[in-house]
Amino acid sequence: MIKSFKKNIKGILIEGMTLSAALLIIAIVVVMITVIVIGGKEQISWEFLTSFPEDGMTKGGIFPAIYGTALLVIIMSVAAVPFGTITAIYLTEYAKENSIIAKTIRFAVRTLAVIPSIIYGLFGLGFFIKFVGTSVDNTFLGGQLKWGQPNILWASLTMALLTLPVVIVSVEEALKTVPRDLRAASLALGATKWQTIWKVVIPGSISGIMTGTILAVSRGAGEVAPILFTGVAYYVATLPASLSDQFMVLGYHIYVMTTQSANVDKTMPIQFGTTLVLLALTFILNISAIILRYRIRKKKTD
Amino acid sequence: MAHEKIQTENMFLHYGSKLALNDISIQIPEKKVTAFIGPSGCGKSTFLRSLNRMNDLIDGVKIEGKILIDGINIYDNNIDVVTLRKKVGMVFQKSNPFAKSIYENVAYGPRINGVKDKKQLDEIIETALQNAAIWTEVKDRLGDSAMGLSGGQQQRLCIARTLAVNPEIVLMDEPASALDPLSTSKIEELIVQLKEKYTIVIVTHNMQQAARISDLTAFFYLGELIEFDKTKKIFTNPEKKQTEDYITGRFG
Amino acid sequence: MTNKTQKGKRSKSSDSGLIDITQKKFRWSDYLAEKIIRGTAFLSIAIIVLIFFFVFRESLPIFSTAKSSAKTEASAENQATQETYGEVTDTPKAQDVQETYGEVVDISATADSTSEAYTVSAGSGFDDNQTALKSILTKDWVPVSQKPRYGILSLIIGTFKVTIISMLFAAPLAIMAALYTASFAGKRLKEIIKPTIELLAGFPSVVIGFFALMVLASFLQEVFHYDTRLNSFVGGIAMGIAAIPIIFTITEDALTAVPKTFSEASLALGASKWQTAFFVILPAATPGIFAAVLLGVGRVFGETMIALMATGNAAQMGLNPFESVRTLAATIGAEMAEVVFGDTHYNVLFLIGSLLFIFTFILNAIAEFYVKGKLMKRIQGK
Ligand SMILES: Nc1ncnc2c1ncn2[C@@H]1O[C@H](COP(=O)(O)OP(=O)(O)O)[C@@H](O)[C@H]1O
Ligand SMILES: [Mg+2]
Repeated sequence: MIKSFKKNIKGILIEGMTLSAALLIIAIVVVMITVIVIGGKEQISWEFLTSFPEDGMTKGGIFPAIYGTALLVIIMSVAAVPFGTITAIYLTEYAKENSIIAKTIRFAVRTLAVIPSIIYGLFGLGFFIKFVGTSVDNTFLGGQLKWGQPNILWASLTMALLTLPVVIVSVEEALKTVPRDLRAASLALGATKWQTIWKVVIPGSISGIMTGTILAVSRGAGEVAPILFTGVAYYVATLPASLSDQFMVLGYHIYVMTTQSANVDKTMPIQFGTTLVLLALTFILNISAIILRYRIRKKKTD
Repeated sequence: MAHEKIQTENMFLHYGSKLALNDISIQIPEKKVTAFIGPSGCGKSTFLRSLNRMNDLIDGVKIEGKILIDGINIYDNNIDVVTLRKKVGMVFQKSNPFAKSIYENVAYGPRINGVKDKKQLDEIIETALQNAAIWTEVKDRLGDSAMGLSGGQQQRLCIARTLAVNPEIVLMDEPASALDPLSTSKIEELIVQLKEKYTIVIVTHNMQQAARISDLTAFFYLGELIEFDKTKKIFTNPEKKQTEDYITGRFG
Repeated sequence: MTNKTQKGKRSKSSDSGLIDITQKKFRWSDYLAEKIIRGTAFLSIAIIVLIFFFVFRESLPIFSTAKSSAKTEASAENQATQETYGEVTDTPKAQDVQETYGEVVDISATADSTSEAYTVSAGSGFDDNQTALKSILTKDWVPVSQKPRYGILSLIIGTFKVTIISMLFAAPLAIMAALYTASFAGKRLKEIIKPTIELLAGFPSVVIGFFALMVLASFLQEVFHYDTRLNSFVGGIAMGIAAIPIIFTITEDALTAVPKTFSEASLALGASKWQTAFFVILPAATPGIFAAVLLGVGRVFGETMIALMATGNAAQMGLNPFESVRTLAATIGAEMAEVVFGDTHYNVLFLIGSLLFIFTFILNAIAEFYVKGKLMKRIQGK
């Protein structure tokens, strides 16, 4: 009797402890969201979203930061989604499951996913700006400085490298949900491998490619470290008009406003407002990705 | 006997180190229905897949011996596998329509072959659907998704899809095994009609089915071809004891 | 009829009217597609090699002792004469190109006061690179000075301090929550916990950093009554929050990968649910949990924005968790925009980057190979 009672106590204790851990994590998330929503909701207005900063960024809106973020993720997606999708196609359709090449590529993809984002920033600086950009300037512009400095193109490409594994993993998961039967059916009708991929496999995994894109966009919209010295600016009076312009983004705006502005207290509402906008943006993206992925997984088990 | 459409000579097939087909030599005539019977796992599907080289997709498959179609070894180096599969169509055990409309399912093959003209496509599709005995059921809803059809209709659609490519041989791997009796009899009727134009090879686990629709029957057992003869002969007076045991239901 | 004519049009027919299969066709689209796909797939590998090459390349000059002193002087002139502690005292880099608003505020008062303790003893005629290389393994990180020193010891210690604090916080929390989710939670609760974790994984680190800076720092100061508002403790907790989703997800995967037969056998022997969870499932999944923690460490180790915003950014050696620290990643993030390209300071920052890269690469490789091998053996080899 007593022994089993003791056993029970331990059981309840352990279950209780692990449950509290889970609840604490949920609480942290809820508190973070609540604090940011409460702190920022007053600030959100059409005006705030669509106007430029004023008075040394102590007043006004965050439009250039929203615009810059959008531009960044668009250019990034244009680069990352095709390459990521193609890599995923290689892994599921062409590579032999246990070949050394496939294993190495998978390892490389997972490594890319864990390399700190600041390293991507360094790479962007060392490769895109100093190597590619400077070479372009020297060969085509006679040494005139244009591409050999931070700009939105280099920042977006740097971000594309960072989000490449996100795309690859999502698309690969989706490609795997396309039944083997359908590939066989297509091949048995005399379709070539590429025709099968193009007409059956890719249409069957569009939602997965979309999920990957959304997740990549969400990641790219929030990351700051990779663009710190590849193109983002503290304040730009005009919107970027060419790929060689610098630009503002939401995440960096939050960072400079909180740590480097003259009057942190005075701009507090703007900081909270900007953070809320960024959080809402990533949330909407993430939730749609979660829903899409849930549907894909359901399709797989059906 | 009629012209030999398919012919194998001392053919062996291994999955890795596992022997799945052991010394198969067979001659399958043109424009007849040939049935493969035998207990599950005896290699019927494996043999069927060798005839349009779908086994190429499986890692570790090794094939020795000859497989000739119209006298040409289809495992020769100069063979164009893609064209081979147009010549030798296949209907699978589980119906597998694409998640597209009925029309697009049937149009898939012709489109791949470069048919772009809408009128010509319509014509091919109507013929194929008619030949697969499903035209009257779907002619008013060609734009609907194929996934909305019943199992039997899906399977006939898959047959139509295969016929639209205009093959010479149609391989069928237990095409009616997952269907209700009514759909099954429709498909059986269809197969008998198809032999006018096509050479049909069908795998079935249902011996009555083989007896009803086939002209010739091959009995496989443990990777070997035990007996191959006219269907009538196999079912009334088999040469081998194993065949007799199987058709009388003593095992399998 | 139609069939015949179609056949004639659509496929090459031999004399017999049969489809000829002996003509091997060359299909451009297939050939090109395959070549492009195979080529592109190597991109991931190429990127890693390129990252290593270019990050390391930019750090190379400090290993070469010969360097034009002219350049050194020029760059020294460019820099402020007053010695700073590597603090972000400058306006951000865009200043010469763009209009800049607002004054710059030093967010960490402690940094300046401590920095006074290090006085510069000027030696004349030193070679910049050689000194830089020699000073690397010292504790003084004084990159902007007339006699700069690049001791990264305090940065390394700061990074480890924050990492340890964050793991002490995040690892138990995430592992227990994963254990609960995998072994005890009902379906409903699972459907709350898992998406919440996914949402947390989607939090940009700058948002977590903002939360830490604005709310968490004050809250923790209230509770623990320490002096410096931003310190390794606050930074560690904030980075822990960022690392929770990684640790949770991989742990949960490892726990659910333990074959059902394991737990069924245990339950059949009369063990209770918690005993099974604790003594059967958890041990069987330890390699996976170890991998989870390793990847969590990797995440924290290279975290930049949270470190910049929440750790106080003062390079100190002390072991007190309530002191400000400066991490390796934060140092790169704060100073790279300020340096002169090609300067020794620039090279040293790249060297720090190479260290970070190598460290996370090794962590990941261990998680991949060692742990996976072990996990496989354990689950299959029983
Ligand atoms: N892809 C495969 N890999 C390895 N072995 C296989 C594969 N497909 C079938 N086999 C084996 O080959 C033998 C014949 O299988 P199969 O041709 O499917 O038999 P049947 O269609 O007569 O039921 C079986 O023993 C089966 O296990
Ligand atoms: Mg079979």
